[in-house]
Amino acid sequence: MTQEISRELIQKHNLTLEEYDKIKQILGREPNITELGIFSVMWSEHCSYKNSKNVLKLLPKDGKRMLVKAGEENAGVVDIGDGLVVVFKIESHNHPSAIEPFQGAATGVGGILRDIFTMGARPIVSMNSLRFGSLEEPVSRRLLSGVVEGIGFYGNCIGVPTVGGEIYFDECYEGNPLVNAFSLGLAKREEIVKAKAEGPGNPVFYLGSATGRDGMGGASFASKDLSEESDKDRPAVQVGDPFLEKLLLEAVLELLKSGCVVGIQDMGAAGLTCSTCETASRGNTGIEIDVAKVPQRETGMIPYEIMLSESQERMLVIIKKGREREAKKIFDKWDLHAEEIGFVTDDGLMRVKENGVTVAEIPAKVLADDAPVYVREEKEPAYLKKARSLDPRSLGNPGDLNAALLKLLDSPTIASKEWIYHQYDHMVRTNTVVLPGSDAAVIRIKGTDKSIAISVDCNSTYCYLDPYEGGKIAVAESARNVACSGARPLSITNCLNFGNPMNPEIFWQLKKCIEGIRDACLIFETPVSGGNVSLYNQNLRRRTNPPSSVADEVRAIDPTPTIGMVGLIEGREPVTSYFKTEGDTILLLGETKEELGGSEFLKVIFKTKAGKPPRLDLKAAKILVDLLVAASEKGLLKSAHDCSEGGLAVALAESCILEKGHEVGAKVNVSLGSLSNEALLFGESQSRVVISVDPKNLKNTKELIESFRFPYQVIGETGGKRLEINELIKAPLEVLSHTWRSSIKRRMER
Amino acid sequence: MKFGVVVFPGSNCDYDCYHVLKHVLNQQAEFVWHKDWDIKKFDCIVLPGGFSYGDYLRTGAIARFSPVMESIVHHSNQGKPVIGICNGFQILLEAGLLPGAMLRNDSLKFVCRHVYLRVENTETPFTRKTKKDEVLRLPIAHGEGNYFAPKPVLDGLIKNRQILLRYTDETGTVTEGANPNGSRENIAGICNLKGNVFGLMPHPERASERELGSTDGIKIFKSILSSS
Repeated sequence: MTQEISRELIQKHNLTLEEYDKIKQILGREPNITELGIFSVMWSEHCSYKNSKNVLKLLPKDGKRMLVKAGEENAGVVDIGDGLVVVFKIESHNHPSAIEPFQGAATGVGGILRDIFTMGARPIVSMNSLRFGSLEEPVSRRLLSGVVEGIGFYGNCIGVPTVGGEIYFDECYEGNPLVNAFSLGLAKREEIVKAKAEGPGNPVFYLGSATGRDGMGGASFASKDLSEESDKDRPAVQVGDPFLEKLLLEAVLELLKSGCVVGIQDMGAAGLTCSTCETASRGNTGIEIDVAKVPQRETGMIPYEIMLSESQERMLVIIKKGREREAKKIFDKWDLHAEEIGFVTDDGLMRVKENGVTVAEIPAKVLADDAPVYVREEKEPAYLKKARSLDPRSLGNPGDLNAALLKLLDSPTIASKEWIYHQYDHMVRTNTVVLPGSDAAVIRIKGTDKSIAISVDCNSTYCYLDPYEGGKIAVAESARNVACSGARPLSITNCLNFGNPMNPEIFWQLKKCIEGIRDACLIFETPVSGGNVSLYNQNLRRRTNPPSSVADEVRAIDPTPTIGMVGLIEGREPVTSYFKTEGDTILLLGETKEELGGSEFLKVIFKTKAGKPPRLDLKAAKILVDLLVAASEKGLLKSAHDCSEGGLAVALAESCILEKGHEVGAKVNVSLGSLSNEALLFGESQSRVVISVDPKNLKNTKELIESFRFPYQVIGETGGKRLEINELIKAPLEVLSHTWRSSIKRRMER
Repeated sequence: MKFGVVVFPGSNCDYDCYHVLKHVLNQQAEFVWHKDWDIKKFDCIVLPGGFSYGDYLRTGAIARFSPVMESIVHHSNQGKPVIGICNGFQILLEAGLLPGAMLRNDSLKFVCRHVYLRVENTETPFTRKTKKDEVLRLPIAHGEGNYFAPKPVLDGLIKNRQILLRYTDETGTVTEGANPNGSRENIAGICNLKGNVFGLMPHPERASERELGSTDGIKIFKSILSSS
């Protein structure tokens, strides 16, 4: 089949004319349509990071615990001692979820799990970071409901607990929700497998689901703006089968244990194309496959379609020659379809045949690793100056502060997420020692004295108002959350969700956020183990009740660099966020400043997303983490809860009401100094944690804090059925609890 | 005592049950692949939770045709204990070892959380280590746990004291609000007429260690041990 490559065709493949010239140079001739398709997906942002590579290299990747560094394999590998490693990653499935929330989210979970188990690790926990527009909009409710159902559908069936994460609501995500899926697996150090095609002559097997036309070109779909036209891209969303993936999971782990595998890779984004050229590139070999041998679920598929399909639950497995029968036995046990579709070669080429006739031939290494890299133009966004200049005090009187607290607890960003996590099986595998709702999820490792704590965080409003500070804060908050559970932060994975990088203002946001993440990671000694970049998150915002003269506008999402922090607890039990008993002493660690800019308080009470967001002193943030870990090691903490959105008042309220049926009140008196009442209660100054301790441990606790030279105040005592803060807040727990617990349910089930 | 934990394609609580039996209770426990048929050596068979065959067609509908099921019928006919948890309960219903059927939760949503249950009958091999009217706190995690049976069958279950667990509030009172899925009679677990086959939707294996927040579930496994 010869088809002339026209300008339109090149454009349709999201390639520039310069890129096309580079392709011709590589091949020394014009590409055919199959080759053009292959290049287009491998050179999409999703696969090649061509627009972000230059700034991603700023991130620190080295550390003594890092066994596989970011970018080397499908996921990073971190040593947790005693011969054990954890493998983890966070990845976006934003665009598919915007078009088809249920399948988009479900296949996001499926994809990240495959990245983990193809490395030889058994997935033991999933989390996610979800962002939607306001729940007052029907479209946001439809998306939330579909995404949650999709995540549950996949995770519950495959039997990996989904233990929570974060959910955030802001108008900027209307029509472009973010679905970032995190998964972590556990393996023995020697069990880790590489995705390499080594040993010329070794057979290449195709394992799993048959190939169809679903998900055609998903990687390039994820690399352009969403628009009204996007609905037409619906075939680019894949359909997931968690049962099949469960069989794949068990079969792959059994296969890897048998020792007959050379290398294995999931067919995720860019499907057969990506898995063949990447395994060959890593193995410094070539690979030859015949698409006619690929199991197909539709008739009449051409090589172009087979190579670009993103049908789910498929793997490429390279088996040691002579051990095919052994492998076949395992495939059969799990009722899985496997076909030998090719073999490893030594000529460095990715050769695709159809019934013996070559239809594509491209140098594998160049294709996989040498995508064009761009240095994009950057410019400080025009909105920043004005947005940051707002003085929160100029907004006037917020009215009754008790009512303000209730409004904040009712804000879906702050409110209890139980409506959501009750739909996830968060207990399967019986390792979830801290249930969803605390600052970090904690998963024990059976047969050891170790637990893993995980927190997924990003305050995108801070990033919108100050990307550098926001990037730092995302890392610091996740480190603090993990440390509140008593864990020592080890490493992060990140998912960088931004708008169109061709816009210099967006690129500036991306770069500043990355610089913030870098500086924070260096201080916390938490290198980046891997992650993913999701650009082009912007949408035409349709106003259902248009109050404004600007009816529709194209707007990027707020910069959202989601951080997944992994920490380790050894030899002790985790600390949780809620007050345990009456009569405990409450302390506030850290300093409260007049910092209301970018706060949830301004958003909820004044409908304003502006002001200067809180500053983060990285040194203080690190001391706090060390202090929390030390206090937990000494067994001093009965509870520890981070102050984040909603400030001190919300943190105290949550500690009172988090544990259903076990609510414990509190009476506190915080020194006001020169602060406004609003800043004291609802300001979001960084590096603050509310802890409670047994009064008999107060002296030791104070001494410990003082030895770290960290600021603190003893602010009160637990007990009673109310929360009282100075003379400002006096609220029955029943009311606080009901408001906070029912907020999302009320909105979703009305 | 020797336990056989059956593994169907899609079972996902198999290891959790095995862990409690083997490492918490120090019993002999082995996995039984669903294509095996020789289960003579086991004293008790456990059908664990999960999504056997991906819940395709109907929960438990395909698993009941697995080769091992014929042997399990034989095992139960000999009066030996069989316990089916969650998806295991659904399989027992599909196989006709227990009466009734499961419908989708009335909320139409999957639900995973702790619930309170009242023990209705302590004179069975699965409950003899509990006290009369004891309230247990165990987690549930299912999308189809809405137990249904026609009135005469329900009457029979009540009359013959085959209802072993009911959803209640914290105080042990049967209320509509305490029913997480719409089950008839707030039924969470039933046994057969002989009392040696027990199916329940809650997960006792998820509440058998202090670290997990409740140890009420271990009482069910200990009951089985004490009955051998």
